[in-house]
Amino acid sequence: MKSKTLVPKYIFAVLFVFIFLFPLYVLINNSIKPFADVRISEMWLPAENPSSEGFKEAFSKLGQNLKNSFLLVIPVSLMSIVFGSIIGFIFSKLRFRFSNVLFALIIFGMFIPYQSILIPLVRTLNKIGLYGKLSGLIVTHIIYGLPISTLMFRNYYAKIPDELLEAGMIDGMSLWGAFLKIIIPISMPTMVVVLIWQFTSVWNDFLFAVVITQKPSIQPITVALQNLAGSQVIEWNVQMAGALIAAIPTLIVYIFLGKFFIQGLLSGSVKG
Amino acid sequence: MYCPKKDIKIGLIILFPLLAILFLFVYGFIAWSLRVSFTDWNGIIPNMDWVGFENYRYLFQSQRFQTDLRNTFYFTLFFIIICIVGGFFLSYLLYAKLKAESLFRTIYLFPLSLSFVVTGVLWRWIFNPEIGLNALLQMIGFKAEFGWFTSTYSIGGFNVALSSLIIAASWQYMGYTMAMFLAGLRSIPDQLIESAKIDGAGEWRIIRSIILPIIKPITFSAMIVLGHVSLKIFDLAYAMTGKGPAFVTDFPGLFMFETTFRGNHYSEGAAISVIMLLLIAVVIVPYLVSTFRSEDV
Repeated sequence: MKSKTLVPKYIFAVLFVFIFLFPLYVLINNSIKPFADVRISEMWLPAENPSSEGFKEAFSKLGQNLKNSFLLVIPVSLMSIVFGSIIGFIFSKLRFRFSNVLFALIIFGMFIPYQSILIPLVRTLNKIGLYGKLSGLIVTHIIYGLPISTLMFRNYYAKIPDELLEAGMIDGMSLWGAFLKIIIPISMPTMVVVLIWQFTSVWNDFLFAVVITQKPSIQPITVALQNLAGSQVIEWNVQMAGALIAAIPTLIVYIFLGKFFIQGLLSGSVKG
Repeated sequence: MYCPKKDIKIGLIILFPLLAILFLFVYGFIAWSLRVSFTDWNGIIPNMDWVGFENYRYLFQSQRFQTDLRNTFYFTLFFIIICIVGGFFLSYLLYAKLKAESLFRTIYLFPLSLSFVVTGVLWRWIFNPEIGLNALLQMIGFKAEFGWFTSTYSIGGFNVALSSLIIAASWQYMGYTMAMFLAGLRSIPDQLIESAKIDGAGEWRIIRSIILPIIKPITFSAMIVLGHVSLKIFDLAYAMTGKGPAFVTDFPGLFMFETTFRGNHYSEGAAISVIMLLLIAVVIVPYLVSTFRSEDV
């Protein structure tokens, strides 16, 4: 009796699988078509002569930008862990005046539309010589990534019993010794969540990247892909291949570390 | 917890510079943008002459900004409804403990790991009036000639062209609400459902009387998160459609970017960004206040 009632649910579940996957079919199917086969109305037909032409072309145009994206996301993710764990720890274990208000002010920073800080940001980066440089983009992402990384660490540390710290302090450690020797070693799960979260969101960012990096040689992949796709002369097999190249790193992270990705996702709604 | 004064002091000394930088980059810059929005800065060289609310008056009178606000309203409305209803439906399917649940979940959620730029490039081709869905429909015998995102047709202020963007954005975010709802559904004790079944409650009755009340706060959180995504929407529209004919697919974020960084109308761009911030603050501030107030207890 039980399996009978589940049949319609399976049908719907599979139907939605098709809805969710058909754009991916379009993407993959067309990225492996050779130039000669890219003709009107053939977008939906399966590739008859799979070829790597599109990928070669896309890679020759986007290879450098792919590298730039890695040079961007790696330092940002690592620094987000360092700063996020420190600030998150302070707000989870220390009570001081206005700590709640300060924390709310930090968190608000992750909801603001970044348009509202862009003009001053560009002026400031210009003044300190970081405008138009990858390092400027790195600094920007580290700063505006502080709220979410802090939130994730604070929610995790709030669940760690105070006794664990106090036990360490009775043994003669200072609070900060206990932080380094007791808390950091058990922070691995949240470090992974923050790492993946920042990796994905900085990789996928477009607004900061398009405003701060103007030179094509230093642009991250999202901006380069947009430029590639915006050009009318580029055939769509190359555009699709380019989109796939830009998507693959975050897709790989998602497929293999999806559990942590979802955890990060759910903590984005403030309450951990 | 107990903590020596000295350790607290060290904490505050570490905290201070970090927060100073963050608050400068958030609140200092917002104040700076606000100041710019009251000026007449329309060129490469900053001009901080005070003009009062002139930029705001201009914006609210301009066709483009009026269209942007309408587009934002309809986009937000449909995006939230589709993601909540669809996401709940998906989570309810998976709640039945289907075999291969994790495979289904992985597939429904994967678009969320993509960049809006990738989504935009991809869906622009899918909705391309010549070779996209229209061609597919024609292949199976329909006479499809929809304009999709190039359509300038409008129903009661709703630009039909927006539907393409709404579909693409919902495709990307529906898995998110699904994940939130599923986490909520899984927190319902099995005994509660079982005992309701023993009492003779049917599936609808269980949904109405047990499931919906429990997931109500989750729905609220989801609306906040989706709402702030859609109020900020920029990348997707930029990559997929651009502002469109007669601004049918334009949004404040796009307008701000173009007028500021392509047109050098800094004061106008700043005014748009301040309005965007206010729109989001109306949604987010009460949410944060209620969250942190309840945490204090």
